Amino acid sequence: MADLQSQDYIRRSASTMTPPSVRDHEQEVAKLIDVSRCIGCKACQAACMEWNNLRGEVGHFEGSYDNPMDLDPNTWTVMRFTEWEDEQGNLEWLIRKDGCMHCEDPGCLKACPSPGAIVQYANGIVDFISENCIGCGYCVKGCPFNIPRISPVDHKSYKCTLCSDRVGVGLEPACVKACPTGAIMFGSKSDMTAWAGERIVDLKSRGFANAGLYDPPGVGGTHVMYVLHHADRPSLYAGLPNKPHISVFVDVWKGLIKPMALAGIAFTAVAGFLHWVVAGPNEVQPEDEAAAQRLLHAADEPP
Amino acid sequence: MSHPKGTLTRNTTAARINHWLTAGCFVLLMLSGLSMFDPMLFFLSELFGGGQWARAVHPWIGTVLLVSYAGLIVQFWRDNLWSRDDVMWTLAINRVLANEEEDVPEVARFNAGQKFVFWSMALLVPALFVTGVVIWDVYFSPYTTIEQQRIAVLIHSMAAIAAIIVWITHVYAAIWVRGSVRAMTQGYVTPGWAWRHHRKWLRRLAATGSTGPKPRAGGNTPRT
Repeated sequence: MADLQSQDYIRRSASTMTPPSVRDHEQEVAKLIDVSRCIGCKACQAACMEWNNLRGEVGHFEGSYDNPMDLDPNTWTVMRFTEWEDEQGNLEWLIRKDGCMHCEDPGCLKACPSPGAIVQYANGIVDFISENCIGCGYCVKGCPFNIPRISPVDHKSYKCTLCSDRVGVGLEPACVKACPTGAIMFGSKSDMTAWAGERIVDLKSRGFANAGLYDPPGVGGTHVMYVLHHADRPSLYAGLPNKPHISVFVDVWKGLIKPMALAGIAFTAVAGFLHWVVAGPNEVQPEDEAAAQRLLHAADEPP
Repeated sequence: MSHPKGTLTRNTTAARINHWLTAGCFVLLMLSGLSMFDPMLFFLSELFGGGQWARAVHPWIGTVLLVSYAGLIVQFWRDNLWSRDDVMWTLAINRVLANEEEDVPEVARFNAGQKFVFWSMALLVPALFVTGVVIWDVYFSPYTTIEQQRIAVLIHSMAAIAAIIVWITHVYAAIWVRGSVRAMTQGYVTPGWAWRHHRKWLRRLAATGSTGPKPRAGGNTPRT
């Protein structure tokens, strides 16, 4: 995979390379998840396991429709169910398919210290190249959506690949193919945005005045987008961040600190070297030895 | 180790082993840590057998360093207590740097610069350990929030850079002040070295008839 698509990299973690640029006519893709059409059947979860050969351990019933309860190294997408009562007292069942958002400005990739462990293709997909992953967990800190999970077995980080292996050969992601209601759509980002626009008009005509598209600008937009009936309050949907952005702590750690560290270390080393050149070594002189002997022998004698 | 006749013991064998264990850990931590800090230095991880190994071994070396440095604190804290003379010595730092120590206040076992290194590390090592545990993903990631881990990794990086700068100062000072390296490898210094750099220490040894590193217990009060 990595080698076949390496000409399509536009970003590569921990690398200062110039990305290969001749193949620059690739369209940006997007997955559009229309929350208003989701029935919570979990066919997408099953299809994801099926295509990616993921078999998590069978867990226990936790008193919730959520199953499994969270993403894990073997679960790259999970349906999150929220029961919400609106201002009129109507119960709404908000079901959101959670998983990697494939940010245009990926925090995981920026935080990753290992060259080539996280890449972004020209089509916008952010992919983990496991052979280069060192299991440090920096991607977890970089991600504004709490998505990557480190396997305790092989110490590698895992998340949704947007089925980059399928997309690379012209297929749609497995979850899209399996969705029985068309709640998950896949195509070029512009097509998906246009389609979302139609859906939002429809939703507004049905009384969802705040319906809208979730394509957060704080991370440069995403290649997984949601149509939300309450786009003014994304956090209703099992804590979807209202204004996701890369943490300021990560920005400082990965930005400001590096040149400052280099400057500080270089300054100290150069200062030491210059001192050596200007003042030179501090050597014990014969007078020092003589003075010391006088002191020591004075001590020998009784006062 | 047997020392040449007439020399003074600057550091005991236990202190020297303790010091070099700490030093070895520090260098390994610096190399593996820098490999994960800046992509341009990622190649350093190859010294440890690759990125996975560097990531896995770094916190264990850090744990050894914490214990090892605790040993140094136990052995050296008393001689590193700050005194009024240290202020005077610091004010005369220009003379010290110019290798003109005659009019600088006399120094006991450690000068203010050495004390600065000691206490900096005494502060930075525990800070690095605590923040390091928070980002020791394999064992401790479930116990903190991701936001806490972000703060921890930032503090860890800054503390590490500070420690490296202190370390460079420490190493250069040892090279600059001739005889210091031998004081920590073989453990002894000449009386002239002690007269030149740690005259108050020498006076106390002489007054109590000790050959170092500590004045003999029950000896006379030091002459000043």
